[in-house]
Amino acid sequence: MSAGACLSLTSVTVAYGGRAALEQVTMDVPHGGQVAVVGPNGAGKSTLFKALVGLLPLRGGSIELRDRDAEAPAEPIAYVPQREEIDWSFPVTVSDVVMMGRYGRLGWLRRPQAADREVVARSLEELAIADLASRPVGGLSGGQQQRVFLARALAQEPHVLLLDEPFTGVDVSVKEALLDLLERLRRRGITVLVSTHDMQTAQQRFELVALLNGRLIAYGPPPAVFTPEHISAAFGGQALFLEGMVVIDECCPGPPEDEHGHGSLPGDHGGPS
Amino acid sequence: MIHWLTEPFTLQFMQRALVASLIVGVVCSVLGCFVVLRAMAFLGDALAHAILPGVAVAYLLGANLLVGALVAALVVAAGIGLFSRRGGVKEDTAIGILFAAALALGVVLMSTVRSYATDLTHILFGNVLGVSAGDLWVTGALAVGVLATVVLLYKELLLASFDPVLAHTLKRRPELLRFVMLMLLALTVVVSLQTVGVGLVAAMLVTPAATAYLLTHRLSSMMLVAAAIGAACSVAGLYLSYYLNVASGAAVVLTATVLFLGTFVAAPRRGVLARRATKRRAA
Repeated sequence: MSAGACLSLTSVTVAYGGRAALEQVTMDVPHGGQVAVVGPNGAGKSTLFKALVGLLPLRGGSIELRDRDAEAPAEPIAYVPQREEIDWSFPVTVSDVVMMGRYGRLGWLRRPQAADREVVARSLEELAIADLASRPVGGLSGGQQQRVFLARALAQEPHVLLLDEPFTGVDVSVKEALLDLLERLRRRGITVLVSTHDMQTAQQRFELVALLNGRLIAYGPPPAVFTPEHISAAFGGQALFLEGMVVIDECCPGPPEDEHGHGSLPGDHGGPS
Repeated sequence: MIHWLTEPFTLQFMQRALVASLIVGVVCSVLGCFVVLRAMAFLGDALAHAILPGVAVAYLLGANLLVGALVAALVVAAGIGLFSRRGGVKEDTAIGILFAAALALGVVLMSTVRSYATDLTHILFGNVLGVSAGDLWVTGALAVGVLATVVLLYKELLLASFDPVLAHTLKRRPELLRFVMLMLLALTVVVSLQTVGVGLVAAMLVTPAATAYLLTHRLSSMMLVAAAIGAACSVAGLYLSYYLNVASGAAVVLTATVLFLGTFVAAPRRGVLARRATKRRAA
């Protein structure tokens, strides 16, 4: 059972290919908090996550992870990258991939034990893909691949879970399953950060939103974050204000059911109707 | 028929050739799985050519060729690892430069010897019939070392090949594993020197592994199938070489190629025919 964690970022600056991709990000995520990280393409959402797991070095500032309980796990943070970053034609089965989540705890040269196989089985169960366990990953649909990655992250038994664009390119049922999972993780006190350009979901299903574009524009509960000023600052000319609605004209990588990524949400402090 | 099968191996040099070919067939194919999956074929080829100067120097000094090759291979593998981490030029460019230069240096060194043409041919294309008992021991020891490392680090090598990002976040040191992989590749190339030679080792690394890739869907089974294919092709190639009186290394490689082509067309799931059938069913 994983306990929650408190994640503190202080003036975090990350450079990517020479130029600063993120500047002076300061935010605190409470134990078991769930944050939607929202911003246009290239806003530094993935950069933030990569910095959090140590894939990119910090140019300035600090990241602090405080565990609620004393016993520190091997990898307190699990990162689920975008699916495109993996060669899915690799000859591994679903359970092989999920077992990789255990490798950090196993240490060099040690083979997986019965306890690890149990955690893998549980993680597969949790994502409802136990029936796919011995299938090669190559033949899976996008949604199934997403579930495999999530199961692998759960097998890491993390305190903090980072999901990079998990709603992109999956159908509605997968998205709902994912949101259900987030709900269960909330009850277990696991801290979750989700990057997305789906502002409606961010607004309706998350208690905290971080609006990002090279820097942290706003952070807090959705009504306080999604103000016309903040959205203009984040999306610039892409944001159109139409009769109390904000429409973001954002082309490309968008889920098919989302009309090429045109997200919309009620503006002016509006909650879900 | 039995006589036909056993006749070649009544000769001692043929027995040694058989053992050497089997070792090379198995080691190349197992390591070749990583070469295929990580798209390192060009690197393997480059490494093979780059050991030529080492072999040449050992030859000129009258030292053991395998030792010369081993030293050169390890130096070059370390050099490529260093090159690609500094990132001044793209990796394949760096490899291309290093590989051509080393080949040229090797040829220059070899051309100072009078029997240059024959010796160079043996190095480039192997001379499995000239394997001595001592060579066999060195080959065997290196092969055991390479295979043992793959077995011990299987979990880590699988992770670093499939998902270097996760390997990094799990503190599994993917760059160190890449270096280990380069060293293993270098040792494998050295092991193969006498059977298939510098020019054909890339084929032995890639072809059986690629064939196994078409037939399996787990790395462990891919390795076992590749090893079986590599061993079978080695034996078949030796027979061809004996009865048709053709170069053995090339015969082994061509056997593997024919097997690959057959598999490419007829493999159950990933073959051309199977994929066409699935498409027709889907349509």
